[in-house]
Amino acid sequence: MTRRSLTLHLLILAAGIAAPFLFPGHTVQFAVFWIFVLFAQTWDTMGGQMGYNSLGNITFFGLGMYICAVVQIGLVYNVGEYTAATGAIKVDFTNQQYYTGLALGVFLAAIGPTIVAAILSWILLGLRGPYFAIGTLGVAIAAAELTSAWSWVGGGSGISMPVFPGGPGMRERFFYAACMLAAVLCYLFLRWLYSTRFSLAINAIRDDEDKAEALGLHTVRYKTVAWSVSAFFLGIAGALFGNMTGFIEPLETAYPTLTFGIFMVAMTLLGGKGTLWGPIIGATLFYTVRELTWTYLLGWQYIALGVLIIVNVVYFQQGVLGWLQARKPHWFGIHVDTRPDRVAKAGSKP
Amino acid sequence: MWDNLQILGNAPVFNIQLLLNGMSVGAVFALVAYGLALVWGVTSVKNLAQGDFVMMGGYLGYELSRHGIHPMVAIVPVAILMFAYGWLIYRLIIRRVIQLDLFTSLLATFGLAITMQQVLNLVFGPDVRTLKSGFGRFEMFGGMVDITQIRVIAFGMCLVLAVAMVLFLKKSRMGQAIRATAQDPRAARVLGVNTDIVYALTFSINSAICGVAGVIIAMIWVIQPFYGIAYSVRAFVIVTAAGLGNFPAVIATALGLGVLEQYSGFVLGAQFQQATVVGLLLLILVWRQTLLRRHRLSLQ
Amino acid sequence: MQQHFQGSALARALVVGAALAVGAVAGTPVSAQAEGDTIVLGSAISITGKYSQEGKNASDGYNFAVKRINEMGGVKIKGKTYKLAIKYYDDESTPARTAQLLERIINQDGIKYILGPYGSGPTKAAAPVTEKYKIPMVESEGASRSLFTQGYRYMFAALSTSDQYLAPVIDLADELARKSGKNPSDMKIGMAFENDPFSLDVRQGVVDQAKKFNMKIVVDDKMPRDLSDISATLTKMKALRPDIIVFSGHTKGATTATRQMKELGVNASIVAMTHCESAKLTTQFGAASEGILCPTQWAETLKYKDDVFGTAMDYNKAFLAAHPDYKIVPYQAAQGSGAVEIWADAFRRAQSLDTEKLRDALAATDMQTFYGNIKFSAEGNNIAKPMVLRQIQGGKYVVVAPTKYASEPVVYPRKAVQ
Repeated sequence: MTRRSLTLHLLILAAGIAAPFLFPGHTVQFAVFWIFVLFAQTWDTMGGQMGYNSLGNITFFGLGMYICAVVQIGLVYNVGEYTAATGAIKVDFTNQQYYTGLALGVFLAAIGPTIVAAILSWILLGLRGPYFAIGTLGVAIAAAELTSAWSWVGGGSGISMPVFPGGPGMRERFFYAACMLAAVLCYLFLRWLYSTRFSLAINAIRDDEDKAEALGLHTVRYKTVAWSVSAFFLGIAGALFGNMTGFIEPLETAYPTLTFGIFMVAMTLLGGKGTLWGPIIGATLFYTVRELTWTYLLGWQYIALGVLIIVNVVYFQQGVLGWLQARKPHWFGIHVDTRPDRVAKAGSKP
Repeated sequence: MWDNLQILGNAPVFNIQLLLNGMSVGAVFALVAYGLALVWGVTSVKNLAQGDFVMMGGYLGYELSRHGIHPMVAIVPVAILMFAYGWLIYRLIIRRVIQLDLFTSLLATFGLAITMQQVLNLVFGPDVRTLKSGFGRFEMFGGMVDITQIRVIAFGMCLVLAVAMVLFLKKSRMGQAIRATAQDPRAARVLGVNTDIVYALTFSINSAICGVAGVIIAMIWVIQPFYGIAYSVRAFVIVTAAGLGNFPAVIATALGLGVLEQYSGFVLGAQFQQATVVGLLLLILVWRQTLLRRHRLSLQ
Repeated sequence: MQQHFQGSALARALVVGAALAVGAVAGTPVSAQAEGDTIVLGSAISITGKYSQEGKNASDGYNFAVKRINEMGGVKIKGKTYKLAIKYYDDESTPARTAQLLERIINQDGIKYILGPYGSGPTKAAAPVTEKYKIPMVESEGASRSLFTQGYRYMFAALSTSDQYLAPVIDLADELARKSGKNPSDMKIGMAFENDPFSLDVRQGVVDQAKKFNMKIVVDDKMPRDLSDISATLTKMKALRPDIIVFSGHTKGATTATRQMKELGVNASIVAMTHCESAKLTTQFGAASEGILCPTQWAETLKYKDDVFGTAMDYNKAFLAAHPDYKIVPYQAAQGSGAVEIWADAFRRAQSLDTEKLRDALAATDMQTFYGNIKFSAEGNNIAKPMVLRQIQGGKYVVVAPTKYASEPVVYPRKAVQ
């Protein structure tokens, strides 16, 4: 890493750490920002880098949320009784119970969806292009419906999460730190991953899967790993989000296909898919626009969002980063040979 | 669940009720599905906003009925208005995403879906609305089986439209142009077909069909700005299962899906109806994929 | 592979810049406990989303009461007169958003007095937040019984809990059965409920009562939220012929049930459902809605009164006059107005803006409003106001149970719709 880029990384980290202290009233919103960053990054691994556009990554988010909830509650109480509509039991988690539950919950919330991703890969990854997209959307909807019908986890009534011990202010900061940590870890991991041959392989799958197979690439293995990586981080995000929100239920909180599920895609496209920083930029821009429209354009926020998606998709395909790359290629280390009497060598694209 | 199956065994007349309900529901799905299949087959655009076009048609019908026009009569002006709307959307949005990759078109129509839902919500409010057809119902088997006349009419209309579409595509010049473009756009262009007009026409016809479906739905059930997704999902399931070019298959699949939903609702419980639809989608996709894989393997 | 790391220096700058922009827009927190002469109450409520109709009913109720109280001189605390005002946010009918927005209302806007959201799900998400920050909330639109088993000290609910909505129907059925010489435990129940916290609580109330009288439940379906077709469920009811049919699925559920019951020729001697008024059953379906029993938190014929609105009938007249888009007053609106009255009363008794004093004042509430009697249990729910059953007779809602409040006798059994 160059010195300049290291400084910038540290600056961002510092801004991230300072934010909840500078604007304490917005801590929870900022935590959601980090979740968005994580959403965009994990989506890009599948969609941007590998060319498998998933509309159902939100499944892992919801799975993580529910697994964590069940673990947190189940360690101390009977889950079925806890979620029952009647005869609600008096609930009181000690600090130790809460933290162990949370830690174990987050851990399992990462592992569980990863395993599910591996299984789903085996089933769905034979589908190509739009069929894969529709198939994953179907999985997400099915997950929501089935969870709604399962009364052990509360069904449509949802689950009230255990309350965070510790005074007001502490809770927000704790989860903010956790979300930021998750997003940063995801970034570091993906950054490393994209510097290995793994990324070459998945890019090859994106560019031409049949040829890649013909060249001897075990595409199935790579596809499964890519999806599992996404699932791992999404599960963690789900667990944290569920605890932060305090009350979870299947259709809108855990498996919000039409909101978060699509936001993932929109953010990445906005920023420029297939790059490391594109999703992050996209997430930032998207998040900012969303918060602004929610506050100042109440009633019109979704229209603004819909229009943004349309404009982005129709007129601004390559996203912010792609657009910048085209305009100022030298910023990205791409050398465009403009000497008139030579055949223009476009340089390698990142 | 077994109790419910027993009912069907002990009193077979209820099978008829389920069949009739299912087929009338399926007929409406069929309408929505062939519009989708038409657009998908010709332009490769997968219109995620299909259900929202349907809702819009329903609301236009509602608005016209508030001015005293009977819903059945309103179908014609609604179809015309939706046709025009479809043309407009094609020009503004669809035209630019046709050449792009398939996922992009999915996302563009998704953005359109969100926008349309919200505009409908702002204009008409979030209440569910329903239209009175003023028709009665047929009672059969001593009142054991009831079917409203409007459902029978809807079924008839779907058949008529299906036949009309098939004839249009087979016999008319424009129909041939559409089929040519679907097969190979470049070749069609070389042969002088104005593919741009073909695409616009296809999309607008779809929009009109959705409009008609919307008015029917408002008469049989309810419309609400956010209910479009239920129809979009089912249309996708039907088209994916039946394949793109095969209109008779689309109808058969749609009717089948309608009946299957009724049975799953009866036997398993209404909460599993949506899950059944989605589960079916996944099954079909996976089955398709295994077939393709076997095909690929056999080629090797 | 190396290039894109270098070049993204600009990218990073963009990210930092955007983050700072968000911060700048966020601005500094405003302390809005009482600005000058205005007491600001806060509410995250369903302005959009699937409960937007009910959210509108509730917020119209809130606003109507605020306007009336302000017209009457506002609230006097220690000799100073304050007007009331409400700051709204849209929670899009989503619990997660409700919780987030309440954090914002309390932390950023500094508001210390909360009016509840619409719906049990959003209220369930809101209660832990207000509890954590020790901010009192008066809610009148979240009826789930499970809200009152957690020992919340800062939440006060003016309405009757959800399990009481349709339970009186079963009581009534038992009474009517015995009067006509039938054995109550021979009665069969067919029911369908939407799969959401409120409706499932209503269901539990019915299940508990059915168990008490030993009645058998023969159809028990859940309606998924996005479907507007229950014909499969109704076909089952046609086959099994229950004596009592109950539905709860918010406005959409009532509309769908009434229409499809007529279409499929389904009937029972007792038919009951929630949300009849918001579904506008009498205007939409006319004769097909006759005989349906509708629980309500409030009816304009009840004999409650207070100093702000007068009698229930006075409130009814005034609300309809001020809101021409309503043909009847939905109880969500009446509840909303009641909640604001409770706050005003608490301010008056506490003579303070301090949240702890107000919490204690709220806990000690013992008043009659046009909406009903208000007295809170230790858990926060209103134990002084029963649910009332009305029946649609001749296109009007008529109170039929509990018998001591009845204006007319109940029509039983319900006649089939032609």
